[in-house]
Formats: sequence, structure tokens, C-alpha cells
Amino acid sequence: MLQLNCPWCGPRDETEYHYGGQAHVPYPEDPSALSDAEWAEYLFVRDNPRGPYAERWSHSTGCRRWFNVVRDTASYEVLAVYTHADPRPVPGSTAGGSR
Amino acid sequence: MADLTMARRSPLAGLAREFMEKAVTGRRHVRLSEWRFTTMVSLRVDPGTDAAAALAQVLGTALPRVVGEVSSRGQHHVIWQGPDEWLVVSEESPDTLVPALAASVLDAHAAVVDVSANRTVLEVQGAAARAVLQKGCPLDLHPRAFGPGKAVTTTLARVPVLLWQVGPHGYRLLPRSSFADYVARWLLDATEEFASDFADDGTL
Repeated sequence: MLQLNCPWCGPRDETEYHYGGQAHVPYPEDPSALSDAEWAEYLFVRDNPRGPYAERWSHSTGCRRWFNVVRDTASYEVLAVYTHADPRPVPGSTAGGSR
Repeated sequence: MADLTMARRSPLAGLAREFMEKAVTGRRHVRLSEWRFTTMVSLRVDPGTDAAAALAQVLGTALPRVVGEVSSRGQHHVIWQGPDEWLVVSEESPDTLVPALAASVLDAHAAVVDVSANRTVLEVQGAAARAVLQKGCPLDLHPRAFGPGKAVTTTLARVPVLLWQVGPHGYRLLPRSSFADYVARWLLDATEEFASDFADDGTL
């Protein structure tokens, strides 16, 4: 099981969290200007890398806050945990990692 | 408005008798009880603002700023629930406490909501209390990591609860009212083994 380091509550088991998919997917500036294909791309198409992946998590049974995690999809290693107010960590840097 | 307090029924009223009958005695004693009709008020406010200070003044104690922290003063206990969210657990009637808190933040960007019926308080007390909770809680409740005067939201038996340690062998669980019966029955089942000397491995 993963152990994630909630920015507000500290390390807790994965079962206390909900997964929120890929992070840093901006809402389109003008949704009505998009074609159906572009809208579908925004809604459904996500990266699926092998390696570090920035994703959203919610501490749903704790403080109920959303935050971001960079996790290695191959090793499950948590490389960084950061709030929406923090800048996106530079790839290769391990600052903020929990284990 | 008609006074309906005589007609209300606590979420665990139906289990009061079982709590007494199934209390575990002996070396590894543990028993359950319900703290009924406790006043609970949800506070949402940005800490560090005048509104937060005004609420703290009414309660007579500061709003805790760190996870797990509870600040208490007289009848009021203020539990940290999030960076801008607190739960006040109090013995004062909501009829006086809620208006007093709401009046202190009138036009400010803050929320004061009476949530007394949202949860009930289930007390678990006894030498085996921690061992019982540890069977269904992912949190480390060992004294090196947790202790009296700390409260956190976590899960017990897979359902969300607010877990509050009040003494070396005393805990209060605040499950949502609709989960209270399940949590209490799970606990009754979990405490049963501690009545048996046969299963006593001497680790408590």
C-alpha cells in the first residue's frame, strides 16, 4: 500500500485518500470555441507515462483537501508532494518526497 | 416553536443495553458508552483573520493550527479538521452557543453551522481500548505517535470517524450518525475476545 504525506495531516495510508487523475490539466480558456475532438481530448485523453507522473489526490477521510503528488508509475515511489500554491517540482529533484 | 428535545432519540439509543451487558471486565477491561446529544458546531474561516480571532474570543481558546491539536476551555473543545475548518464539541446548548458564535462574525467571510445531529460520540474506555481500536484503524495509536488530547479524522472499520484520545485508556469516536450503529456493533464484536483469558497473550 502507498503511504502519502498529506501536506496538512502528515503520512497516512492510501485508503484515506481518493485519486483525482492527472494534475496540471488546465480548463480550456473558451470551451465553446473547441471542436468536439478538442473537447474530447480535454475530457478523456490523459498521459500514461512509465516513470514520474504528476497526479491529484484528495485526503477524503482527513482534511478533505486536494493536493498534487509526483509518483513513479513503475516503482510507485512518491517523488514529491506539493499543494496547489507550490510550484510544480523540477523533474529529477526529490524535494518533498515522502519515501 | 414546540420543544422537541424530549422526543429526540440518540443514534445509539437502541444499543445502550448491549453496551452494559457486553462490557468486558478483568485485566483487559474495555467498555463502550454513548455521550448523547453533544453540541457540535462546524467553523469555516481563514485563520489569521479578524473573524477567526472573534470566534476564538467567544470560545475562550485559540483555534488550533496543527493537525491532531485540540484546544479546550471549560465546556468547549475545538478540534482541528483542516487548515480552515474546525469542529467545536461542547456541553453548552446549541441554542446559545451557535447564535453567540454567528454574531461574532456577522458580515465576515466565515461559516458557523450547528452540526450537532451530524455525529454522535462513542466512548471506548479501558485497558484494552487501544488494542481494540488498533484492530480496525490504519493510524499508529502507540503512545510514541499519538496520545491524550489529540484528535484526527481517520477511518475505523473502513468508515470515516473522528478519533479523539481523552486519556491514557480513553478514546472518543465521532462517527456520522448513520454510521454509528455499524461502528458500535463492530466495536462490540471487536471487544469480545478481550473477555477471554484463553486469548490473553500478556502483551497488554
